[in-house]
Amino acid sequence: MTYKLLIVDDSKLARMAVVKALNSCYPEWQRIEAGNAEDALSAMQQEVPDIALVDFNMPVRDGLTLAADLRKLSPQMPIGIISANHQQEVIDRAKGLGATFLPKPLAEKALREFLTTASRVLQSAAP
Amino acid sequence: MSVDVLLTELELDAVTELVNLGVSRAATNLALMVRDEVVLTVPKVTLMSRQEAIRILGERETKNLVAVHQIFEGEITGRALLIFPEERSLELVRSVVGNDLSLEEIIELEQEALAETGNIILNSCLATIANALESHLRISLPEVLRGESSRFFNLPPPPEAGSTVMFIYINFVVRRRDLNGYIAMMMDMPSLAALQVLLRNLIARMSSGTRA
Repeated sequence: MTYKLLIVDDSKLARMAVVKALNSCYPEWQRIEAGNAEDALSAMQQEVPDIALVDFNMPVRDGLTLAADLRKLSPQMPIGIISANHQQEVIDRAKGLGATFLPKPLAEKALREFLTTASRVLQSAAP
Repeated sequence: MSVDVLLTELELDAVTELVNLGVSRAATNLALMVRDEVVLTVPKVTLMSRQEAIRILGERETKNLVAVHQIFEGEITGRALLIFPEERSLELVRSVVGNDLSLEEIIELEQEALAETGNIILNSCLATIANALESHLRISLPEVLRGESSRFFNLPPPPEAGSTVMFIYINFVVRRRDLNGYIAMMMDMPSLAALQVLLRNLIARMSSGTRA
């Protein structure tokens, strides 16, 4: 089963790191990249992703605000919040949205675990 | 003015230890990014004037520096800077993005790779400190600055309470890449007073734990 992953980060370098890790875990998965929250939401109107990976520290609208919007649009979608800002409040806010906190720099192992768990959740929810 | 005028020996020890924890986590992350060993000096925590901070960096480093700058705000407010010689900035970017990219691609990525690298280093450092103090800091987006150290320590707006700053600096070296730099944190006197309260709370939590 392959899935479509939405990657939102204002840093191109950070998106490259996610893509590199994704290619070594699940190379056949599709990806949609966005550089900010607004682009992510318009991309959502074109094609709906199965899983989202969102950077926290972004200009205009931060990743937790975007995650709350994504949650409204797609209540069951697994969401990962990526940040080097591992303050407890940020982690708690991610948990409060039903999202998983993933520390930056993103380790391939952490991404693999998140995506494997996410695909299990999606498979069990599938009709 | 020395920092022990205001902080007790134990408070000074606590703040040095917190910075150590923060910078160690930042160094671990930097080592992951550059896939190389990162060596740190013991952090120095000193109270000094901005002029002294400028002089110290000016004596040790060339005039052309690059800094990634972030503002932190909360119970304590200040600025964090990751500073290194400009001539090594492409090498830092190359060590982060790997050797797969051409020089043109690296130059194109330079500005934003510096911002993202600084963001990871400074955030991991500040977040570790905030968690240990059971406080929360809002951290701004990273900004890349170039120039002499005097520019980095005179960023607008000027501090409201004099020009004395708590200056924490630490030297890091990426061995095989011949890269080195500094992490500096500055805060003015009202923030230093707020920090002292947080440190006293931390020390109280620690000492109640040891008595149990």
